Amino acid sequence: MLQIKNLHASINSKEILKGLSLEINEGEVHAIMGPNGSGKSTLAAVLAGREIFEVTQGEVIYYGKNLFEMKPEDRARAGIFLGFQYPIEIPGVSMVNFMRAAVNEQRKYKGLTPLSSSDFLKLMREKKELVEIDSKLTNRSVNEGFSGGEKKKNEIFQMAMLEPKLAILDETDSGLDIDALRIVANGVNKLKRKDNASIVITHYQRLLDYIVPDFVHVLYKGRIVKSAGKELAFELEEKGYDWIKKEIGEE
Amino acid sequence: MDKEQDIILNEITGNEYKYGFVTDIETESIPKGLSEDVVRLISEKKGEPAFMLEYRLKAYRKWLTLTMPTWAHLKIPEINYQDIIFYSVPKQGAKYQSMDEVDPILKETFNKLGIPLEEQLHLAGVAVDAVMDSVSVKTTFKETLAELGIIFCSMNEAIKEHPNLLQKYLGSVVPYGDNFFAALNAAVFSDGSFVYIPKGVRCPMELSTYFRINAANTGQFERTLIIADEESYVSYLEGCTAPMRDENQLHAAVVEIVVMENAEVKYSTVQNWYPGDKNGKGGIFNFVTKRGICKGDNAKLSWTQVETGSAITWKYPSCILKGNNSAAEFYSVAVTNNYQQADTGTKMIHLGKNTKSRIVSKGISAGKSNNSYRGLVKISKKAENARNYSQCDSLLLGDQCGSHTFPYIDVQNTKAVVEHEATTSKIGEDQIFYCNQRGISTEDAVGLIVNGYVKEVLNKLPMEFAVEAQKLLQISLEGSVG
Repeated sequence: MLQIKNLHASINSKEILKGLSLEINEGEVHAIMGPNGSGKSTLAAVLAGREIFEVTQGEVIYYGKNLFEMKPEDRARAGIFLGFQYPIEIPGVSMVNFMRAAVNEQRKYKGLTPLSSSDFLKLMREKKELVEIDSKLTNRSVNEGFSGGEKKKNEIFQMAMLEPKLAILDETDSGLDIDALRIVANGVNKLKRKDNASIVITHYQRLLDYIVPDFVHVLYKGRIVKSAGKELAFELEEKGYDWIKKEIGEE
Repeated sequence: MDKEQDIILNEITGNEYKYGFVTDIETESIPKGLSEDVVRLISEKKGEPAFMLEYRLKAYRKWLTLTMPTWAHLKIPEINYQDIIFYSVPKQGAKYQSMDEVDPILKETFNKLGIPLEEQLHLAGVAVDAVMDSVSVKTTFKETLAELGIIFCSMNEAIKEHPNLLQKYLGSVVPYGDNFFAALNAAVFSDGSFVYIPKGVRCPMELSTYFRINAANTGQFERTLIIADEESYVSYLEGCTAPMRDENQLHAAVVEIVVMENAEVKYSTVQNWYPGDKNGKGGIFNFVTKRGICKGDNAKLSWTQVETGSAITWKYPSCILKGNNSAAEFYSVAVTNNYQQADTGTKMIHLGKNTKSRIVSKGISAGKSNNSYRGLVKISKKAENARNYSQCDSLLLGDQCGSHTFPYIDVQNTKAVVEHEATTSKIGEDQIFYCNQRGISTEDAVGLIVNGYVKEVLNKLPMEFAVEAQKLLQISLEGSVG
């Protein structure tokens, strides 16, 4: 579904991604790990279409289309979901209105009619149960006054509502206690299907105790320097990132 | 990053007023300038009784001694009062024969606002009689109201038909010498509305539909007087979400409301006059004095305003809480874009015991505009246990606009409780991107955020009007939406 080829991207003329290539197919879970500053969040932002990053080279093909020719909202409507590392607060906009707008935009893109109020509320109830999110959260304004853990759970809830083809979870595990981590991971696992895929970006191996990846990639200095199966995550946890640096001939 | 943000914001805020168009309606007017003779001429043309002429002349003489207020946070270009026509009545006659002749852009705006066809015809100036019998609609309203003893008519009619009420109440809340613009209005007001709700009567309908049908022809110097007698209730709606066709630059209206014991008045207004073009050229100057008095015990007055138009707005709907246990509210949304300037707020004057007031003001500034809240809460010595709660929020779009809050609090009774809260926030690029990432376009995102921000105020408007106002806000702020 997604082919990233030799991707270069920079911010304020500083190159962050320096020739990243990756292929993702339906049904796969990819974990991207790497030390701070290696470009993990930049990759997520570039795929979602954040304009502060400039793509200088390379291409990304999503279901046969040039991703960079799609506006951020069209990427979202076409099934790309970004779980934010720091979800944004939008005071005064209720979760219900926000999600209804999002769901109906996606339906419009697919040529479907908007959901009726009752169908929409029913869908919300189902998904709330699925991801074990507190009803109280969905009655409030988008992320306003949510704790760190609540914000992350809310991202998973939105993901459940929108049923993306490709979910990119940017350090969704950071700042979570073990219960919240379990809820987030369960949500991701329950939403896994044969025809969708996810990219799980994480700094720690911890999340991968709950979400079992098919592939683990190590991102370092803007490039993927090592790819392997889930066992790579354990090796990293044990040996740290210095081991990778040595292996690729640094230090 | 700042550059990217600027581009987005320019796209959102760089829209022009889409409804400005020139009218070529024939008008009956008098020569430019203001003098005693002009005041006499206006009164004569209206066939007014002697007391009105006297009132106008007193106001005119007072006006000569006053100067334009300069304390507002506004840059007002010099106004030459001898270069203004103070009396101009559009001659009856239609501009168009059918809706097909009306500018398609205007029609689209009407549809976007969801205005019923019947009203669209009036507002666009289509010969209505050819399409429907509007006279009968009005007559039905009038009959229903008359059965209850409710008087709802034009100011001119009231002056002739109900001189006793007029003499008793006209200028009783806003005296002719109150301020420069109030004096000007008292001297030259052209017409306006008069409402009287008798004792114990609840007005069965929003006094809005009827008014809106007539709205297109209201004059430059309007005067409104609403009297709610004991135990009565009325909800009154002035203005229109639809574009106002008007080539007069200076507007100085006066609204007076008298609320007697146990009575309640709700006054809502939506103002969408021509704000000038993208570069700040043209536009209406709107200098309005609106004031009500809760005269009897347990009286209640509620002001709700949505202000999106005019180049300059100077307006402070206020309330004097005289009766014990009386209550007043002020809910306001003021939007400024491009080079618009608004200095608006309220005054709550607590005189009676246990009086309560609540102020919720939401300012939205975009483009290069300036938006100020100015409010006074005054608790007099005798106002035991008076309470006020004020909340003034500002929302900024971009970093080229200004938002200011000037709260004045004057408390002379130690048992009073006065609370004031203020916030300033900005629609951030990150909020917009978050919405984009969920499939919501930038323009819809701005609409969603703005409407969330003003929800508390819009909820106070009559239902069908709230929906229109919501769309109006979106149109006022968004880029050129297709």
